[in-house]
Amino acid sequence: MSAYPTAANKHRTTRLLNIKTESPTVKTFTFKDKQCAKAKPGQFLMLWIPGIDEIPLSILDADKNGTVSVAVKKVGEATKALHELKTGETIGVRGPFGNSFTVKKGKILMVGGGTGLAPLLFLAKKLALERAKIFMVMGAKTREELLFKEAFEKICGKENLVATTEDGSYGVKGLATTPLERVLAKEKFDMIYTCGPEKMMRKVFDLAETRGIAVEASLERLMRCAIGLCGSCVIGKYRVCRDGPVFTVNQLREVKGEFGVSKRDFDGKLIPLE
Amino acid sequence: MTGEKLVNLNVNLAGLKLTNPTMLASGILGYSSETLESIAENGAGAVVTKSIGLKPRVGYANPTIVQTKCGLINAMGLPNPGIKEFVREIRATKKVLKVPLVVSIYGFSTEEYAKVAEKAVGAGADAVELNVSCPHVKETGSEIGQNPKILAQVIKAVKLKVDKPVFVKLSPNVTSIADIAETAEKAGADALTAINTVKAMAIDAETAMPILSNKVGGLSGPAIKPVALRCIYEVYERVKVPIVGCGGITSWRDAVEFLLAGASAIQMGTAIALKGANVFKTVSRGIEAYLKRKGFRSVKEIVGLSHRR
Repeated sequence: MSAYPTAANKHRTTRLLNIKTESPTVKTFTFKDKQCAKAKPGQFLMLWIPGIDEIPLSILDADKNGTVSVAVKKVGEATKALHELKTGETIGVRGPFGNSFTVKKGKILMVGGGTGLAPLLFLAKKLALERAKIFMVMGAKTREELLFKEAFEKICGKENLVATTEDGSYGVKGLATTPLERVLAKEKFDMIYTCGPEKMMRKVFDLAETRGIAVEASLERLMRCAIGLCGSCVIGKYRVCRDGPVFTVNQLREVKGEFGVSKRDFDGKLIPLE
Repeated sequence: MTGEKLVNLNVNLAGLKLTNPTMLASGILGYSSETLESIAENGAGAVVTKSIGLKPRVGYANPTIVQTKCGLINAMGLPNPGIKEFVREIRATKKVLKVPLVVSIYGFSTEEYAKVAEKAVGAGADAVELNVSCPHVKETGSEIGQNPKILAQVIKAVKLKVDKPVFVKLSPNVTSIADIAETAEKAGADALTAINTVKAMAIDAETAMPILSNKVGGLSGPAIKPVALRCIYEVYERVKVPIVGCGGITSWRDAVEFLLAGASAIQMGTAIALKGANVFKTVSRGIEAYLKRKGFRSVKEIVGLSHRR
């Protein structure tokens, strides 16, 4: 049998245990779910907001005590409805789905933007246990939207963290990719992990390629079934839900025509990425 | 190779030449040339695209799928880019695909079915499969396939426009699938695919809410295998055109059972989630081993064999 028995992943409901406000637009939701509590960094789950929608979310944390957390940015109708839920209210869960980041030792560079920082924090915690040395570049629109900065500082050390904001309200003014060339020129890395806006990840990939550094990127696409059947999330010959969401440098080379360029819309048509 | 009989997995399906009897079922992947090619590389003898209509459709909001203990219930809502856009994908697919390409089509009227079929074949489709059995979109799918008069009109209209084999995918959600099959054959269907999903729903006990946004959908997977097998057995007794068996097949043994019931080829979809995309290879190898072990030389020899036992 496959590693993805659909019956074991069957729909279930659980209650919200804790809701934490991370920024003006992002909240972290924690709930109990035995299966997702076994998730590895990079995996995602499908969260059902009863009567509204079901959305894919990267797992921010999974604890041995059976709790799972996801960080959710208010971007549309579904996430707005989720933000309005209170502790104790019921949600549905399926998962965990997809593959995970490989856990590498050595000198690591992480480049994250927005809620893409969530799976990277989960990974950083695991890497810290392996005594990896992590250098962090994190970006957001504004100072208030820089997610999990203290948590990353604790793991990486303040001196190994560069923050960027688009409005210049904190750290380097610009995108997460702005200080990247300087960072890459100064240090030699064994591995780059990246998650965030896809155009940012494409830039990270392109820079890494010129220097011959391995990269793993966590991609996002429209998700419906999450078990590799419906085709909504395909990029090249790969299904992001099942063959990803984490893609290796070799796979990224194969989908260069679409990576950071286009995605499939609700009707299956290829459209440019915003 | 002394003494050992060679087993031939080739199937001639209403003129389509398949090198093995496994096919990708409609609705699964099938948006892009890359995914269709990848399924063929995993051993499928032919592939069927997602159902394509005249105009683009975004499908339903999530949840569009419910994973249950016994199978999957889906109500995707026929998302597709529309035939005008999809002809490009058909052309791109035909350039790389080494197996027959069947384009699944649906319409909200007889004219729409005919128009989409004509464009699909014009772009290079080796056959079309009429979706007259989708259980979750109004005014198409099973609403056509459950009405013998309209079904016959649709098939005749499509046959007038295309010179390639026309498959008709039947719904199990009817009083007598054999009656419908006979209607389809008389109207000119070159082959029948049986079955589409079984109309179903899921309710969450905690919230008391139907889970699918469309409330009802279609059940697929191992749960519907016995239903599908019975349907094929009944249809085989009434029609002469080849039958393509579909519904809950995940192993070579399932596939062999469908061939014995009367199917000339089989389709799989949900099995990809349960067993992985290489299920096509493992199933056709299993069929081959079965034929060898039982002393048969071709797939044809066992099609409908259970009716003679």
